[in-house]
Amino acid sequence: MKKLYDVAKVIRSKNAGPFSITLDILFSDRKEYEAVKKANIITRESIAKAYNINVADITELVYFDQAMGIKITYNRKVSSGTSGDRDVYGAQQHAPLLSIEFDESILE
Amino acid sequence: MNKCSILSPCGMLGYGFPEQSFRNGLAMNPDAIVVDAGSTDAGPHKLGAGVSIVSRMAVRKDLSLIIPEGLKRHIPVIIGSAGGAGSRIHVNWTLEIVEDILKEHRLDAKLAVIYTDVDKSIIKDAIANNRIFSMGSNIPDLTEETVDSTGSIVAQIGHEPVIEALKGGADIIVCGRTYDPSIFAAVGIYKGFDPGLSYHMGKILECGALCAEPGTTKDSVLGTLYEDSFTICTLNPVRHCNITSVAAHTFYEKENPCVFHGPGFILDLSECTFTMDDGESVRVKGSRYIPDEKYIIKLEGSRQVAYRTFVIGAVRDPILISRLEEIEEKVAKSVKEYIREIPEEDYRINFYNYGINGVMGDQELQEFRGHEVAVLFEALAKTQEMANAICANVRSTFLHCDFEGRKTTAGNLAFPFAPSDIPFGPVYEFSVYHLLQIPDGKSMFPVTYETYAKGKKTKKAGENE
Repeated sequence: MKKLYDVAKVIRSKNAGPFSITLDILFSDRKEYEAVKKANIITRESIAKAYNINVADITELVYFDQAMGIKITYNRKVSSGTSGDRDVYGAQQHAPLLSIEFDESILE
Repeated sequence: MNKCSILSPCGMLGYGFPEQSFRNGLAMNPDAIVVDAGSTDAGPHKLGAGVSIVSRMAVRKDLSLIIPEGLKRHIPVIIGSAGGAGSRIHVNWTLEIVEDILKEHRLDAKLAVIYTDVDKSIIKDAIANNRIFSMGSNIPDLTEETVDSTGSIVAQIGHEPVIEALKGGADIIVCGRTYDPSIFAAVGIYKGFDPGLSYHMGKILECGALCAEPGTTKDSVLGTLYEDSFTICTLNPVRHCNITSVAAHTFYEKENPCVFHGPGFILDLSECTFTMDDGESVRVKGSRYIPDEKYIIKLEGSRQVAYRTFVIGAVRDPILISRLEEIEEKVAKSVKEYIREIPEEDYRINFYNYGINGVMGDQELQEFRGHEVAVLFEALAKTQEMANAICANVRSTFLHCDFEGRKTTAGNLAFPFAPSDIPFGPVYEFSVYHLLQIPDGKSMFPVTYETYAKGKKTKKAGENE
């Protein structure tokens, strides 16, 4: 098994406005990007599971071929910087993506 | 060939940039120097409290380089989202700094100012007439009550008022809250270039050299518009732009990489192409600007919700760690009982267990592994005094709370500091983050001018000077 960490060049999270967090998975290798895209590893369901959120809270999931990137945006439970928020910039919410696993045969 | 170059010194006014990069940019004869000063990233406190995210010293340092060079070359200097949050108080703070620099260098300048605060009566009228729209299912509907309890409300303006200021012959343009790419797009659109390309280039330039490798907001980049495309290049030999670094930047901080909703338009990037130009520049084509049927603008407002006092402590006792959440519940219950004369809705007590799930809260699925945990707890209340009192009670209760299997009967927490309790001050929330339909992009945001001769203000005129 391989992890997303092994193939992605950038895995990051950030606020997209104060009420959303957006996750970016960027690749540097066209083949690996296409393989991950084709294998359907990143779906609304797999993200909801990894983040312990409802599918309905995911507002965007887009493959942007030009940049070899996948973008997922979801609703914050608490808006940025108010009482109860744990990550004002939303910059450390990417970690669950790192360990998403897939069978390495998809890369062949 | 007809072209228009824009120098972006850095991704945030006051972040600083290498002077040599900036000078390399000037050597390429830019048509404008444009810098973004704002963000909502740091939370609602800046807008609510009327303070800046960067220091006066830092903004002064950056502008002391930018303003004299812009004036010397007769190219406009444009500052967007002045002071961080872009409300009147933030704009005026920036103007003080600009004025200081003009005085110090005895400079001649025509200064344009665009305030973007929106009067509350306009917003209430829009609520009554269904001209306020939601930004998302997790954002409460806007009510009159929310508008009343919110401080300054600003609109993210588009390029139109900035173009008015350029038409007015402004040398320096200080804008309130602005859609980040609009200050850049205004230059291109004013000079007759395609608005889609102008906006897409602005979206990339507004973060400085973050679109390069290695990326940073603290360095300069240059964007150049052509008839059918634009190019981006770095100005520091240690950084390079490539197709993925520039294309990937299109991703940054946006919900969707293909479709951006800006003031009065949609930017469609689904057909965009990115190519390497000459080994140093990336060329972008195919960005499309689609005017919206209605002119929709984004509003931002922040209100005070509580005062906070907090404590950072740590736990090393393994039995305590294994029962930490249970103990915290017990502490909260005990405090609630003790302060039963205070209505429950007037305060809140929160625990953050760093080492267990401090960053992700109930979204954390990883099992705990470790031998110590940092515990941050806070009391939020209607006054600072009340928050202090409640937090002190949480701290003493936590410190001495009994639990099953307890052997550490002298105290449950290791405090790194004395005093342990930190009064934080007011806590804010984004109470307004909604869309407002307005007649057009410029009539609500007039431009005012001030003229300086040898650093002295000579006259202040209205919008139709």
